[in-house]
Amino acid sequence: MSGGVDSAVAAARAKDAGHDVTGVHLALARNPQTYRTGARGCCTLEDSRDARRAADVIGIPFYVWDMADEFHASVVDDFVDEYAAGRTPNPCLRCNEKIKFAAVLDRAVALGFDAVVTGHHARLGADGLLRRSVDLAKDQSYVLAVLTRAQLDRAAFPLGDSTKEQVRLEAADRGLAVADKPDSHDICFIADGDTRGFLEKRLGSAPGDIVDGRSGEKLGTHNGAYGYTIGQRKGLNLRVPAADGRPRYVLSITPVTNTVTVGPREDLEVDTVTAERPIWHETADRVDCEVQLRAHGEVVPASVTVTPSGLTATLATPARGVAAGQAIVAYRPDPAGDVVLGSATITAGTRESANV
Amino acid sequence: MAYLDHAATTPMLSAALDAYTAAAREIGNPSSLHAAGRAARRMVEESRERIAAVIGARPSEVIFTGGGTEADNLATKGIFWARRDADPKRLRMVASAVEHHAVLDAVDWLGRHEGAEVAYLPVDAAGRVDPEVFAELVRAHGDEIALVTVQWANNEVGTVHPVPELAAVAAAAGVPFHTDAVQAVGQVPVDFAASGVAALTLTGHKLGGPVGTGALVLGRDVACTPLLHGGGQERDVRSGTLDTAGVVAFAVAVETTVQARLEYAGRVAKLRDELVRRVLAAVPEAIYNGDPEHRLPGNAHFSFPGCEGDALLLLLDAQGIYCSTGSACSAGVAQPSHVLLAMGADDARARSSLRFSLGHDSTEADLDVLLATLPAVVERARRAGAWKTPR
Ligand SMILES: Cc1ncc(COP(=O)(O)O)c(C=O)c1O
Repeated sequence: MSGGVDSAVAAARAKDAGHDVTGVHLALARNPQTYRTGARGCCTLEDSRDARRAADVIGIPFYVWDMADEFHASVVDDFVDEYAAGRTPNPCLRCNEKIKFAAVLDRAVALGFDAVVTGHHARLGADGLLRRSVDLAKDQSYVLAVLTRAQLDRAAFPLGDSTKEQVRLEAADRGLAVADKPDSHDICFIADGDTRGFLEKRLGSAPGDIVDGRSGEKLGTHNGAYGYTIGQRKGLNLRVPAADGRPRYVLSITPVTNTVTVGPREDLEVDTVTAERPIWHETADRVDCEVQLRAHGEVVPASVTVTPSGLTATLATPARGVAAGQAIVAYRPDPAGDVVLGSATITAGTRESANV
Repeated sequence: MAYLDHAATTPMLSAALDAYTAAAREIGNPSSLHAAGRAARRMVEESRERIAAVIGARPSEVIFTGGGTEADNLATKGIFWARRDADPKRLRMVASAVEHHAVLDAVDWLGRHEGAEVAYLPVDAAGRVDPEVFAELVRAHGDEIALVTVQWANNEVGTVHPVPELAAVAAAAGVPFHTDAVQAVGQVPVDFAASGVAALTLTGHKLGGPVGTGALVLGRDVACTPLLHGGGQERDVRSGTLDTAGVVAFAVAVETTVQARLEYAGRVAKLRDELVRRVLAAVPEAIYNGDPEHRLPGNAHFSFPGCEGDALLLLLDAQGIYCSTGSACSAGVAQPSHVLLAMGADDARARSSLRFSLGHDSTEADLDVLLATLPAVVERARRAGAWKTPR
């Protein structure tokens, strides 16, 4: 229970469904002092209090579990390491994979609980299939697609059949004070939202070149390649304007040479995506389906081939802004909610018919 | 249900509760000059006298506060300020390493904000301050010490310190000595005058009185700068309208528990010994922490190797058994106990500990409830303890 409205309603629904529910709030900041001052994007003292009050109102026991060390090792350090390696991590996905449905689940099961219930917006019904939420704008199946079969078997997402609006109304009906608490959007461990500043503090400044992808010409310098993401346009501060006067985008980041490569929008387009560490729920290892390449990103039709060590997607229409480190999630369209077939971590996006 | 957390707070005695409700029906501010005020004042002063009588103090030495935390803060900060102002050389604060946070954090604050030089007295494996180490410190730095503070008894492991012996060393050097006797009053013999301490903290809710009532017993000639400024109600050291009903109930509780102490301590210590015997028989690898001899009668404190204290607490809680990991929480997160660490325990052992504390309404039946589930709970928590291994 994060202290937000979703987990509160999820807990209440689980209890109504007849389960013996215990509320758990995760303390994730490493230095306990940080709790006292509560200077955090989430899991502040206030969030912990809100979660406790929600548990009181629902009528369930409540505890705070200290997962700070695990969170730091598996999520925060991983976040920094991934950027340092020129990839773009998704910390929420990693937190689901390593904390909520690993460290927390393991401990819970050992203590005699059967499952972990969360307030994620996704559907997981009796058929065991993970599907998008009915609220497509709030759907979180993308950050849950990393869960294995075993993890899904011990997960419950009671909110998948409701819109966020309905969840808020229900919270108000239930007398939960968090009903109108604003959603948290930022990365929880970067309280001020300044990701570049956060990375700079950890990785130091590492000046390098910004080069043109087509000509190889040096267009400017940067203070650290980790400050850039694929598809980024703003904040490049290039000294040399493009010959055609059109805006340029970050095409790739090469940690070995500490180079940020930029180019016109069309050079961002890729039609083949390769990925590693697949989690695959389908029996077929070659399927025509839809893929999503980043959180809240567009969905494109693709043909996906899976091997034990990797996944390749051939996109029917090119996609832009495909970044290594993000997840590729495969969905099968379904009127009862698109079904997650599996996911993998993107290693590269390429263009078969490179238009040089 | 088994309530085994009396050291956190113990139920109000019915005599105290009755006295409270009776007094709370009356009108009158004890500082008012009319008859209603005088009646309230009389109740307060009679309460002061009752407490003084059983605690070995003069009535004027009893300063009512809003509980133990306030009294600890008043003693540590107030006496430090007064002593430092009288002689700027006196900047040293000496505290045992196992103080309650009400003392520890106040002393720490003085170090960080008021230029105090804080020295912590080490404890032995049983959690007891060594008088020799203390005497050495006083010999070396006596004229620089503003205040010494050593608790009478520890709230986690129940160890009773040799306070009169320590206080005598301090007195010989002209150094004031404060003791937090919150856990001790009503449990072990505590006599303010005979102990030779300059200041002593007690609180209502650990001995059958209401929460939010307490006192600092402050020697008549001990200078203390106020924390709370205002009407100067309590000897000009503490301001704020006196809580007549609270004070009355507090006094009833102090008087009753101190007068019943001998019988109580005998009975509860026997029950505690029985609890310890049964726990060690049921969970042979459990470690009984603390001092077997110099110990509060109601305290039983164990480490359960391989278990997380908060996992044990959760599982016992689910069975209606209430105990404590004994350590301070920040935002509900159990920190490894500074008391256990000071006693030389490693982090794992400190985190694996659990405190059972008995009180005036504890019975054999509470032990039966605990022992009926404890072995299975420990077994389960031990298996859950493996979750921390890296994946
Ligand atoms: C040793 C000790 N000192 C001080 C306190 C604080 O007293 P109070 O709760 O009245 O503020 C406690 C109890 O929590 C205690 O055990």
